[in-house]
Amino acid sequence: MSAATPSLAPAPSTPRLPRGRTARLGLERARFEVRTYFRHPDRVFFTFLFPVLMLAIFATAFSAFDFGRDENGDPVSAAAFYLPGMLAAGVLLSGLQNLAIDMAMEKSDGTLKRLAGTPLPVVSYFAGKIGQVLVTGLLQAALLLAVAALVFQVPLPTEPERWVTFAWVFLLGVTTCAILGIGLSQLPRSGRSASAVVIPIVLVLQFISGVYLRFSDLPVWLQNVAGVFPLKWLAQGMRAVFLPEGYASLEAGGDWDLGGIALATGAWLVVGLIVARLTFRWIRKDG
Amino acid sequence: MANPDPRRADDAPVVEVRGLRKQYRDGTVALDGVDFSVARGEVFALLGPNGAGKSTTIEILEGYRDRSGGEARVLGVDPQHGDLAWRARLGIVLQGSAEADVATVRELIAHVARFYPNPRDVDEVIAAVGLEEKARTRIRNLSGGQQRRVDVALGIVGRPELLFLDEPTTGFDPEARRQFWELIRGLKGEGTTILLTTHYLDEAAHLGDRAGIIAGGRLVAIGPIDELGGPQAWVPIVRWRDAAGVHEERHEEPGRRVAELVRAAGAEPERLEIVRPSLEDVYLGLLGESADLEGVRA
Repeated sequence: MSAATPSLAPAPSTPRLPRGRTARLGLERARFEVRTYFRHPDRVFFTFLFPVLMLAIFATAFSAFDFGRDENGDPVSAAAFYLPGMLAAGVLLSGLQNLAIDMAMEKSDGTLKRLAGTPLPVVSYFAGKIGQVLVTGLLQAALLLAVAALVFQVPLPTEPERWVTFAWVFLLGVTTCAILGIGLSQLPRSGRSASAVVIPIVLVLQFISGVYLRFSDLPVWLQNVAGVFPLKWLAQGMRAVFLPEGYASLEAGGDWDLGGIALATGAWLVVGLIVARLTFRWIRKDG
Repeated sequence: MANPDPRRADDAPVVEVRGLRKQYRDGTVALDGVDFSVARGEVFALLGPNGAGKSTTIEILEGYRDRSGGEARVLGVDPQHGDLAWRARLGIVLQGSAEADVATVRELIAHVARFYPNPRDVDEVIAAVGLEEKARTRIRNLSGGQQRRVDVALGIVGRPELLFLDEPTTGFDPEARRQFWELIRGLKGEGTTILLTTHYLDEAAHLGDRAGIIAGGRLVAIGPIDELGGPQAWVPIVRWRDAAGVHEERHEEPGRRVAELVRAAGAEPERLEIVRPSLEDVYLGLLGESADLEGVRA
């Protein structure tokens, strides 16, 4: 701007938007997101129902296998043994896989651009995504527990402290996975390639983190690789909740290591927040 | 609130652009010094061929793209730094629509309405775009033209002071376009300022108070629609045929010229026509001139 060109008209005062609308719109977004979530058949199947289906298959296929005994000497069924892994997988799918694909699609189909043109706060948009993951993740966990208890007669824990562990592992896990999903959504070049990019990552993680394969059977180096990623810790946390106390001796350190779970997952949460903050754009500006 | 509404008080232009430049990373110059302004309550049409810079201009004003040079003010704010309160005063209809939407028409419009401090009534908006019967249909199941009407509904539901319409009637059948024009006239009647890009010159002629024609990143003409290109561009054409072939002359007073012709020939001239240039004729003439100029510059 040179002195010769007079500046354009100054801003007239713009009326303030009402306070508290960021929170209100976050709830509104979450409601809208949950409602539309269940209208995507592929999402309902590959994210929501998939762990339930896998639990049913594993519980049936391995029903004759020996998974050890609890403190009363009763055998632990295949369903009981796989339930913790499937709960952890559900957290990963509902958070990471779901949001990574969902947001990559929204970016490429113009939804994000359209929202960017409205007075919707970015924070409300994110709150809506996290809300969607929380609600669908909780429903999925409830469905998994119901199927395990009612169809496969898995005895669920009665001690309140186990449910406290479940609550924080679930909440921390689902939030971390959601944030990581937001970060990962920037990776696919288009909405169409999103599934191809995201699903292999999620699948490999499930195989090395003790979801489909017994973690204690994996070679130590592979256990160590898995230990870098959050799913291993989530699965371990779920085992701490749902497996008999004696099974703790099978873990790498010989105990459930709840502190380690909180630390490793919390670290991924921080990393995810930083990546999401640095990479997220409503739209790609072209410089 | 005792304060008088500051928005009504000032008569500063709603959109003001000076020396607007846009150069993309690959070096392409999309806009090369564009100046115009849009007054409050005005419908301004940006016309021009594909790739001329219409959408680049409108996306800079909407805050989607950063400019490389020049100045821009939209509702008094630099669009590169517009906040949410500023956005709440705009309505934007982008070129493409979100076709994959699984929400129903009413769900999405009601949802987006909640983003705005003073939205229009959702059912009135649905009726205004003629989608009452599709209100409960999922958007992905609508036809292209119906989806476009949803886009328009989303653009107006927030009761914008300034409405951007980028090729709004693509995919509309003629009846839907007429309805849309009625809607736009209604919005204009309420005092909404509208910045429109369109390929349809009859649309610009019907709706626009003024228009600017962009070609090759420059504004080649600007003014009231019926004065674009200057008076000479609108001078009627008299055309007829005689033994020497087809004649075409421009005349301010075509009736007098025809009378002369009849008198001179002593008979009705063959294939006689008096043509008033349409906006399309003027537009194509101006584009032709600007292409010639490009040729001279190069």
